[in-house]
Amino acid sequence: MRNTFFQTLAELAAQDERLLLLTGDLGYLAIDPFTTAFPDRFFNVGVAEQNMIGVATGLAEAGFLPFTYSIVPFAALRPYEFIRNGPVVHRLPVRIVGVGGGFEYGHNGITHYGLEDVGALRLQPELLVVAPADAAQTRSALLATWDWPGPVYYRLGKDDRMRIPGLEGRFEVGRVQVVRQGSDLLLVAMGSVTSEVTTAAERLAAQGIACGVAVVACFNPDARDDLAALLERVPLVITVENHYISGGVGSLVAEVIAERGLRCRLVRRGVSTLSDGRSGSQSYMHQQHGISSAALVECAVQQLQGQADA
Amino acid sequence: MCWRIRATLFLLASPPGDVPQAIYLRMLRVYTMQTQQVTPFHIRRLILEQSRRAHVGHIGSALSIADITAALYGGILRIDHPDDAERDRFVLSKGHAVLAVYAALYLKGWLSQQQLDTFCGDDTLLGVHPEHQLCGIDFSTGSLGQGLCVGVGSALAARLQGAARRVFVLVSDAECNEGALWEAVMFAAHNRLANLVVIVDQNGQQALDYTQNVLDLSPLAERWRAFGWHACDVDGHDVAALERTLAGLDTTSGPPHVLIAHTVFGYNVSYMRNQIKWHYWPMSDEEYQQALRDIGTDA
Repeated sequence: MRNTFFQTLAELAAQDERLLLLTGDLGYLAIDPFTTAFPDRFFNVGVAEQNMIGVATGLAEAGFLPFTYSIVPFAALRPYEFIRNGPVVHRLPVRIVGVGGGFEYGHNGITHYGLEDVGALRLQPELLVVAPADAAQTRSALLATWDWPGPVYYRLGKDDRMRIPGLEGRFEVGRVQVVRQGSDLLLVAMGSVTSEVTTAAERLAAQGIACGVAVVACFNPDARDDLAALLERVPLVITVENHYISGGVGSLVAEVIAERGLRCRLVRRGVSTLSDGRSGSQSYMHQQHGISSAALVECAVQQLQGQADA
Repeated sequence: MCWRIRATLFLLASPPGDVPQAIYLRMLRVYTMQTQQVTPFHIRRLILEQSRRAHVGHIGSALSIADITAALYGGILRIDHPDDAERDRFVLSKGHAVLAVYAALYLKGWLSQQQLDTFCGDDTLLGVHPEHQLCGIDFSTGSLGQGLCVGVGSALAARLQGAARRVFVLVSDAECNEGALWEAVMFAAHNRLANLVVIVDQNGQQALDYTQNVLDLSPLAERWRAFGWHACDVDGHDVAALERTLAGLDTTSGPPHVLIAHTVFGYNVSYMRNQIKWHYWPMSDEEYQQALRDIGTDA
């Protein structure tokens, strides 16, 4: 998603000279499409993320559209209060870009994982949170939101080749994207882990279980109306995210079910334990935390069985 | 004869002793000029009046920047109107001292008496810390160490736009505890943001103790200089010296500038001077009357 993002950003920058890019000394090779074309509009602020957001706030007040970039925890957590008191409180169009949602940084360990960013930033009113599922959706999402009047957070993955079957790059603020129909249960996914979900759905279909799959790629505004319409039609929903189970898409679905009195049962899959210091590849970490396609198949079968037994 | 003139003549004819002094001056001000001279005396007077009326603290912090604020709003800041996009920007990073700025905005005629009297009331934009929604306030602040980062961005923006506007940031010496401030300091020096001017209100105090007992950063000017800034020390209660120094800065090219303004916390109220308590405490009636006597008259 990252390369697609910066290629698209460079296209937009060619049309609008307000676009600037700031990085906290990260993005080797990935940011080149922008920096080589617009060296005077690019600033490496150094490993200083709080100042990066403060500087972006001052730039935005003067009419610029600054994009800030770092790895998810450094982009979103280190300067969190600056994001809150800066672009959020001032309603300024700063775009905060974090790469590495979930376990994308695999062997780098917990300090480099993005497990709480969506939950933390979603709390801020009027901060648009965009978490695309693949590169095509990343491009659509950026094209749809680059000139959003308020602040935006983009949560990107590193893979530019993977495509979510059925998504076809669709994105709309405040809406879900349904990529598969099915009435036995609904799988609601957020982020790059959606590829595990669609694989799981295919395997479940082979076992005669018809899953619907919906992609949630934005918050504030979120797609609660779309979700409610989908949730009314199924007995069970499993939410899947490469994120802690509190705060992200699982919590969003819980809110919808509870507030609207829906009868759909919810199972949240995501990260629910603190790191024990062990790391591995992204796919390994997905297995460990029960969000690999195999783990999701097992979960769905058990949950449906349990529902049938009840 | 209009009622304002009648009221003014009545007040002028009444010996001040027959009417409580503060009320006398307040009514005189209401009924006369809309814009007044931005002097340290008037700013201090308003700080004391409003603090007393609203029964709030942070008085010492506001008093220590009264002269700096007078210098800025008295002619250094190029602001034709608070909504002018090309105005100089001012960031009160030491947000809890904003009462001094409200006073200056009132004296400039950009804030009415009615608005000023909502300070710390309900449903007001004039709270303890500045809010950008209030005309005349450029940025909301209150979390120490953030304002300079925003000011740096603002200065960078002016350079990118080829604009003549400058950015002034007023920080407290305690804010120099914050690491983020030094991130901004490094960035501004590396990028030679000459259009950025910082004033450090060095009153030697912070919330719980004197700065030298918490994190001793003296000599402060040397530290800023070591980071690549043009730094100078100035008497923070000498408006003429402040104005002279600020007016003499080259804000078109070279390094960014910092004035280490040596001030006295609570200046010039006798019982507040250098007293930690007066970071927090509201005044009693007796303390208020003493404070008015201490700050004297507009000489």
